[in-house]
Amino acid sequence: MESESMSVLEVQNLKIYYESVWGSYKAIDGASFKAYRNEVFSIAGESGCGKSTLVDGILRLVKPPGYIPEGRVIFEGTDLLGIPEDELRRIRWVKIAYVPQGAMSSLNPVIRVEEQMTDAMIDHGSMNKEEARELAISMLKEVGLPVEVARMYPHELSGGMKQRVIIATAIALKPILIITDEPTTALDVIVQKGILELLGSLKEKYGMTVIVVSHDMAAHAQIADRIAIMYAGKVVEIGSIHDIFEEPLHPYTKGLISAIPAMGKKSIKGIPGLAPSPLDWPQGCRFHPRCPYARDICSEVEPSMKEVSPGRHLACHP
Amino acid sequence: MSQPLVEIKNLTKVFKIGGGLGLVSRRTIKALDSVSLTIPSDRAAITALVGESGSGKTTMARIILGLLEPTFGEVLYKGRRISDWLKKNRMEYLREVQPIFQDPYSVYNPFYRVERVLEMVIKKFRLASSKAEMREIISKTMKDMGLRPEDLLGRYPHQLSGGERQRFMLTRILLMRPRLIVADEPLSMIDVSLRSIFLDHLTSFKDKLGISCLYITHDLNVASYVSDSILVLCHGRVVEAGPKDAVIEDPLHPYTKLLISSIAIPDPKRRWKEKTDLTSIESFEKLKAGEGCVFSARCPYASEVCKEKVPPLQQIRSERKIACFL
Repeated sequence: MESESMSVLEVQNLKIYYESVWGSYKAIDGASFKAYRNEVFSIAGESGCGKSTLVDGILRLVKPPGYIPEGRVIFEGTDLLGIPEDELRRIRWVKIAYVPQGAMSSLNPVIRVEEQMTDAMIDHGSMNKEEARELAISMLKEVGLPVEVARMYPHELSGGMKQRVIIATAIALKPILIITDEPTTALDVIVQKGILELLGSLKEKYGMTVIVVSHDMAAHAQIADRIAIMYAGKVVEIGSIHDIFEEPLHPYTKGLISAIPAMGKKSIKGIPGLAPSPLDWPQGCRFHPRCPYARDICSEVEPSMKEVSPGRHLACHP
Repeated sequence: MSQPLVEIKNLTKVFKIGGGLGLVSRRTIKALDSVSLTIPSDRAAITALVGESGSGKTTMARIILGLLEPTFGEVLYKGRRISDWLKKNRMEYLREVQPIFQDPYSVYNPFYRVERVLEMVIKKFRLASSKAEMREIISKTMKDMGLRPEDLLGRYPHQLSGGERQRFMLTRILLMRPRLIVADEPLSMIDVSLRSIFLDHLTSFKDKLGISCLYITHDLNVASYVSDSILVLCHGRVVEAGPKDAVIEDPLHPYTKLLISSIAIPDPKRRWKEKTDLTSIESFEKLKAGEGCVFSARCPYASEVCKEKVPPLQQIRSERKIACFL
């Protein structure tokens, strides 16, 4: 639960813009949230909301023509956006691990699994080959993979196994924070459950902060403690997973939750209209063109994020 | 009872893989093994074919669409083999049996404007006798799909938004008035908030136009929402079949039970109770065309006979079928 304790990660009013011939593509336009130790913090939103860009910003992976005009990313008290590159490199992998979308396809097909794992460990963890090998084997066991996998090539593994190799490598140095983007896309139902449970277990076992970025609300429902809902480059609501599902406050959140097909649900409702383009965000609240409760003020003034009750943040005109 | 629309009898499809690396064997892979299924013609229905990757579901789709030939068994459409249709009445078959694939973005030639795509369909299948009639049909069909002709015509497919492209894809299909839609994971690239629109269209195609659908997916949540009946495919074999409600609420086969218990329910109050054993979720044995029940390696109830003999698909109660020795 959100508490008075210091957050592990605090994103303050982060903006990520891309310059193009058509104008400023404001992918992220003022996102704020906090993530704490020992929790699974979810970031949910559909395609185009900017959630992957947000992760790029947090990890300082934004490249030109993208740039960060404003905002702070405070990790353990330090603003990551302000430190020199070599200090950042010492933090990456050791303290902050990242499993990007489609990571499993990025495994080098001609290098054995073990070598790919140890290469990363030796680069970042200042250990020798033998130590890295031992660590790799123990991490494979940790994620339920047989040790034989170490000597195999990635193409011999299924999607779920590759994803576990990636996760095993990511947590090898016991980072404080791990960020995963769409960790279960393209994986089968039974494997998905295994991977999600594995991610959830990291918080109990290692006290890690696990940030899961995904459009899959069902996945969030199963493992998250708290969740941030994103729409059109902004965070529109934050709360505990139970609160968000049982009592969504933002009209977009309400729409999102009633749109999820689930067994036993007799009807699902979509959200009318389409997500706006980052080149041309609507005036005022970005959701107002699709909002069933929109009033005049909604098209004129952009609502700011407020803490409407302890731990509950909402950007919506009352 | 009238002749079924689709009748598949003991369909088996074997692929040969040569020069394997590592554990992908040089032997054969039985993608489908004695699969039987019937889609009735007297009432339109949405039949879900549920299975994980490697279950053979996509192979099934491709065989029904005439893209692959069966190795053994019969695949009949309106009583005739598909190969026969393709040889003698190809146009008719391609019009009556329409695919919807995963990626709604790749099927369109980016150089053709929206109306040209539809005009090509009309010309190819001779759905109109004059240019005026053609424009009439296009306009009406688009409106039926909730698209405004004046908004879309004149644009290129890549200029349409995801939701519009999806509806446009359905418009194209609607123009042809198929009897059967074969949809292979049609929702995977579509946002959650747009999915209901798509599923509702499929349902109204069924209810209002009598268009049946074979809906192929690994997502039991969606299958349970949109289908009338469900067939569960495991490693190329049908292990359970029955009406949707029965299969979901009272699964009989251990594999179906496992699938259902693994689904992520979008409700934090209904979280998984038992943890999946990570060492058991996948095995290298998956690809082996071995003996016995296809699920025996992972089945908690597996006994000796399960490992030796293949359980046949049997009807055990009205409309419910299961392939299991229990």
